[in-house]
Amino acid sequence: MSAPSDNMPIPAPAIRSKPLVIRHLPYFIAAAILVVLAANMRFDGYVHNILLQATTFAIAVFGLSVVLGLCGQINLAQAAFFGLGAYAVGLGTNDLHLSFWLCLVGGCVISLLAGAFLGMSTLRLGGHYLAMVTISFQQIVTLVMINAIWLTHGPDGVSNIKRPDLFQTSQSYLAFCVAMLAIVGYLVWHLADTKLGRAMRAVRDNELAAGVNGIDVFRTKIYAFALCALLGGLAGGLFAGGFAYVSPDQFSFAESIVFLTMSLLGGVASPIGSAIGTGLLILIPEWLRFLKSVPGLYLAIYGLFVILIIRFMPDGIWGFVADAFTRWRAKVKAVPAAAALQLKPASIGGDIVLEVTGLSKHFGGLKAVDGVDIAVKRGGVHALIGPNGSGKTTTLNVLSGLYEATAGKIVLDGTDITHMPPHQRTASGLGRTFQNIRLFRSMTALENVEIGAERPGNTMVGKGDDALTERAMEALTFVGLGSRANELISSFSYGHQRLIEIARALASNPTLLLLDEPAAGLNSTEKLELHELLKRIAAQGLTILIIDHDMTLVSEAAQHITVLNFGRRIADGESMAVLRHPDVVSAYLGSE
Amino acid sequence: MDLALQLLFTGIGIGAVYALVALGFVLIFRATNVVNFAQGEFSMVAAYLMVVAVEAGLPYWAAFIVALLGMALLGVVFNLGVYYPLRHRTYLPVIIATIGASILLANSVLAIYGPQPQVLQGWFDTPGIQLGPVYLDSQYLLIIGVTICLVIFNFWFFEKTLLGKKLQATSQDKEMASLLGISVSTMIMITFIYSAVLGGLAGILVAPVLFVSIQMGSTIALKAFAATIIGGFGDVAGAIIGGLALGVIETFGAAYISVPYKDGFAFLVLVAFLVFRPQGIFGERVAEKA
Repeated sequence: MSAPSDNMPIPAPAIRSKPLVIRHLPYFIAAAILVVLAANMRFDGYVHNILLQATTFAIAVFGLSVVLGLCGQINLAQAAFFGLGAYAVGLGTNDLHLSFWLCLVGGCVISLLAGAFLGMSTLRLGGHYLAMVTISFQQIVTLVMINAIWLTHGPDGVSNIKRPDLFQTSQSYLAFCVAMLAIVGYLVWHLADTKLGRAMRAVRDNELAAGVNGIDVFRTKIYAFALCALLGGLAGGLFAGGFAYVSPDQFSFAESIVFLTMSLLGGVASPIGSAIGTGLLILIPEWLRFLKSVPGLYLAIYGLFVILIIRFMPDGIWGFVADAFTRWRAKVKAVPAAAALQLKPASIGGDIVLEVTGLSKHFGGLKAVDGVDIAVKRGGVHALIGPNGSGKTTTLNVLSGLYEATAGKIVLDGTDITHMPPHQRTASGLGRTFQNIRLFRSMTALENVEIGAERPGNTMVGKGDDALTERAMEALTFVGLGSRANELISSFSYGHQRLIEIARALASNPTLLLLDEPAAGLNSTEKLELHELLKRIAAQGLTILIIDHDMTLVSEAAQHITVLNFGRRIADGESMAVLRHPDVVSAYLGSE
Repeated sequence: MDLALQLLFTGIGIGAVYALVALGFVLIFRATNVVNFAQGEFSMVAAYLMVVAVEAGLPYWAAFIVALLGMALLGVVFNLGVYYPLRHRTYLPVIIATIGASILLANSVLAIYGPQPQVLQGWFDTPGIQLGPVYLDSQYLLIIGVTICLVIFNFWFFEKTLLGKKLQATSQDKEMASLLGISVSTMIMITFIYSAVLGGLAGILVAPVLFVSIQMGSTIALKAFAATIIGGFGDVAGAIIGGLALGVIETFGAAYISVPYKDGFAFLVLVAFLVFRPQGIFGERVAEKA
């Protein structure tokens, strides 16, 4: 089964990008200049304090840009994590006389663990739970800071906090914090384009699609949340060293809201936005000091700001600027040429790729799928049809792991996948598309397909980002959209979005491809194109299980058909024979 | 034993307040699929309105009506200003907006009224009655009585009246409801008004027991949210049972374990439920649907 594909390979070699370190050199040079300036310029104490506050706060807000911006999860306790780091340094250097570095690392670890624990207890559930649980956690931390006087010194706070020997003067300490800011900023900025960062963005855009593309959604969210907590702790530790004094009111719920506002105002998706938001919200209150004379007024304005930003500028200041910039750049950016897509489905098992036996899915008393057997032969196109409500899509959802089977067994290429979560089934070689398209809407076509290509266990992708892009480009070219790779999903027509979804599944080089009503909503030209595409996929030896209503498409494309009605299998066999089967005819047309 | 009975009574009384606020959470959640994080501030604002009205010389019952009318108005403004413009967005922006609204409400009251906690008289002149070993505080009796009446009213309203059924239809399937000629935006507006009044009622009832303070809103909201999770998220009966249970647990915890950490018990119970039984006692609607 290694028929050459008939998609046109483009002869030009792919453009190799320069190593990252060289491309990002300007960033490091700028950062170095800032550090040198911070170390040598003369500030008065007031300016120095504002700079130190802005620097440490910005690191905490970077954390929010990871959890909220990249991963779409909320954290309303960033001030608590900030406080954990600050108290670790404060109590550690003052009461226990430990080294600053040890305390800083300790604070980071405590924050990380607290974040991971909160995440593990809550992130499987919806976002509302996370919001409330983080608020509760924030309240608990504040309660302990105020009441556990034996440990925290209570409302008086901790004073006389030490700095590291290396950075004793406030000038050198500021330079050190700026350097930390630059490093963390670089890592967070770069995170978006790593495998983990792409997974986070995929989770943010569409959890379901992320799962069936091989991403462990729960773990990705925990990583994001724990990383955010870690940055909070780091920032707090630096803050404590800088100001030498901490007290509970600096880490209250109100401060968490200030962090959130900073993040939203600047633009939650990028560390640049975080820096802008932090800078503005530290400077503006300094300019408007008179507001602080009325208690509450100041935070009331923050609250109003939050509502207004969410409504009128959801991407923040930087999001607004960056959006215009991306639009301009997307048109100029050259699209790398791609070779022909190779599909080499793994074949460990025997002649049957997918063997489903006695599969049932009951919702309470409703037997949506009831004891269904399906055997999909290797290298063929197998169709699953049936009237509305016959259990087709339920079957597909049980196969891909979105629903847990009530009974029965699913074996994919020799592996029992019955009890695996979606992402593990994908790792075992399953690929699927959705009837109502589920793409990652804030990403480009290429990025969407890259996430597919990143499937764990995909042997068709070499090491490194370039190989990944290459594979994704091949898949996009295969469905005919290679030239539009860098456009955002929203600029594609419905039919093209469906093709991108297919390309995303193809790039992962699945053993079995599940297509959920691919012809739904397509016009007749698009249906013809789809039919051609299916032929080209099948010609490469990839096994397909397709659900569709379009009888022309099904009868022409599939060699084998299984028919469901009321959750049970009523016919199974070679296409033409099945379509003439009297039970099938009566199920579709009714009997006399 | 006598102490335990006394604590049980107090716990149920305070739990009834959590239950009322939790009910407001659940109603808005069912109508809009969004948790309103400013629900607790409704209670706080109502308590302040009550204080202002009583200080202005209105009789208690008149002040009560004025405060509840004020809450209805707040429900309208809240819906139009916070929820309605964002109704087509995902839940995250809406959550953040309601958090913003909560901060705005709490701190506006602080800016206008100052940080000093206020005292509100109870409804009755008699402080309470002694029943065997237990002293029944009149305000707690009132809270429990009103909660029972409201639960009955709620059942009657949603199950027996046409408007209640329309509201239910809207919360279950907005598109279908609108195809059947139900004005979805009106139904959502009514839900917000009803929830604001409910939250306000809870605030007015509990005000004589606690101090009227800026923090009372967020404290009550956290407990009420924990109550909804304990009971089973999105479930009306669950919210009430969860609220009562939390009130009792907290009162006993404060008496036998630690007073300063009283507000922490709700969190511990919450985390225990999230880890071991996230679907709550009545088990419904665990995570958002796909």
